[in-house]
Amino acid sequence: MSAWSDHLVVLPVVLPLAAGALMLFLDERRHALKGAISVGSTLLLMAAAVELLLRAQAPVAHVYSLGDWAAPFGIVLVADRLSSLMVLLAAVLGLAALAFSLARWHRAGPQFHSLVQFMLAGLSGAFLTGDLFNLFVFFELLLAASYGLALHGSGTYRVRASLHYIVINLTASLLFLVGASLMYGVTGTLNMADMAVRLVEVPAADQALAQIGAAALGVAFLVKAGMWPLGFWLPDTYAAASAPAAALFSILSKVGVYAVLRLWLLLFGGGPGAELLVYGGMATIIFGTAGVLASQDMARLAGYSLLVSTGTLLASIGLGGAAVTGAALYYLVASTLGIAAFFLLTELVQRMRAPGADVLAVTAEAFGLAPDEALPAEEVGVVIPAALAMLGMSFAFCALLIAGLPPLPGFVAKFAILAALLEADPVPASTWAMLTVLVLSGLAAVIAMGRAGVRIFWAPQDPVVPRVRLIEMAPVVALLGLCLALTVAAGPAMRYLQEAAKGLHAPGAYIDEVLSPR
Amino acid sequence: MELIVALGIGALAGSGVWLLLRPRTFQVIVGLSLLSYAVNLFIFVMGWVRGGRAPVVPESAADAALYADPLPQALVLTAIVISFATTALLLVVLLAARGLAGTDHVDGREPDA
Repeated sequence: MSAWSDHLVVLPVVLPLAAGALMLFLDERRHALKGAISVGSTLLLMAAAVELLLRAQAPVAHVYSLGDWAAPFGIVLVADRLSSLMVLLAAVLGLAALAFSLARWHRAGPQFHSLVQFMLAGLSGAFLTGDLFNLFVFFELLLAASYGLALHGSGTYRVRASLHYIVINLTASLLFLVGASLMYGVTGTLNMADMAVRLVEVPAADQALAQIGAAALGVAFLVKAGMWPLGFWLPDTYAAASAPAAALFSILSKVGVYAVLRLWLLLFGGGPGAELLVYGGMATIIFGTAGVLASQDMARLAGYSLLVSTGTLLASIGLGGAAVTGAALYYLVASTLGIAAFFLLTELVQRMRAPGADVLAVTAEAFGLAPDEALPAEEVGVVIPAALAMLGMSFAFCALLIAGLPPLPGFVAKFAILAALLEADPVPASTWAMLTVLVLSGLAAVIAMGRAGVRIFWAPQDPVVPRVRLIEMAPVVALLGLCLALTVAAGPAMRYLQEAAKGLHAPGAYIDEVLSPR
Repeated sequence: MELIVALGIGALAGSGVWLLLRPRTFQVIVGLSLLSYAVNLFIFVMGWVRGGRAPVVPESAADAALYADPLPQALVLTAIVISFATTALLLVVLLAARGLAGTDHVDGREPDA
């Protein structure tokens, strides 16, 4: 613990926290300066995450003891394959959302940049921490920032959706506390690795208490992940949030999935509760699919697609061994990037039409009315050439990605999940159910996306060319480009993720590394 | 002693849940506060209910039987601060919702009578 590079693990937490705090002192009108600090901090965060990712592959200690207190007593940060990857994903989304917001959204309300930085700090902390109570603190940090971001831009709709969002998440946090304190009461430790060791030695009389504690924790995480029936709040909140905030939120529900994945496999080895994840996940896919088909506007479509992806993840995690989990992680990365891009795109596309046109169009279709020809014209001005073509291309890209059609990673991921599932012999009934649900949800996504695309890009007689600035289009294109890169480099990416999944399914190495004296 | 504490926590949590399910925002926020008191007490008694023991003892007089677990007390402090701050935030949102929607119903509009 002497070289500077040893402290790299703590950088993803400290850096955004410091940058966010610094910006609180700056005058609210200095947008350019704040933007520069924010983007700079996020770029550094991304570089640190890449370095962590590269290091995570080497079999050396990547455990950082805060304040150099020894492991079971002090708090540790652990940068293994999965957490490094999640930090990188958070940084990428943060950068995309920030770049997008620089066009105009960051001026729409106070302290936008600080909130984004605090959220990034909370996300990195939640992914890196090896301590249960510390996980709670980082959860609260990222949630508190997300409350602010959900409210960003204000307005009746946002405030109402945020009110529900805050109440539900506060209640879930209280459940988290109950679960964490029960686990502490039973095992006498808060360090996750130490807890995994001690849970085995818990006397039979206390086993029930441990299970109740784990169940309370599970419910808290699944509320955040948005599993049916705990996820009714999600589409409303995400549709109401401003585009950059919604893009950042697309990783928020993955935090819940991450916590389930990490703690369930570490503490219980993936045994008890698997059916709950499988059937809950499938119910989430079905609910999300119904929502995708019924959605009248694009933002809600994106929100329900997010639910479908969460359901797919939870069900695959519940169903299977390391191979399935590895494929599910690939799906996690691809779907998070794709849905974030879709949230950003939604806002750009909506500029093509008058507010409420979405609802009008679907209603008109349903009642067989002629499309309203007197839509109010918007301000016309081409800032980037061929804006319409770019938007159309990006939309088609997102649709392919979310529906899971080749050649994009959505297809590769679903294919890998199903291939890994079908390797079992004999194939259990739940796998067949999962296969059916997954394929049908893809079909529904194609139908819904196709309908939305036709209505937006082909149906209008003289489409209003929206004002789209380069800085707004670039993040969407970059996110989709990353997805494309993920397809091209599917081999190495999948190998990395399979290693990560193996590490999760055989937590012995993780536990040894955390608890070994340094 | 444990029974009294357990009953107290149960009463707080029960009232909290009932209020949380009420349609007015103020009831919801009071319900959340009661729930967080219940949870804080719950964390606190995870260090077991035993009177007259100090959490910090000198090394010379260390005796496990005369020792209260200091960790839940530290945790409960953190939990109190966090729930206090988030409740304050919720209160602001509540006022904003009341101002924008003109009603204190949680859905932002009165149910059709």
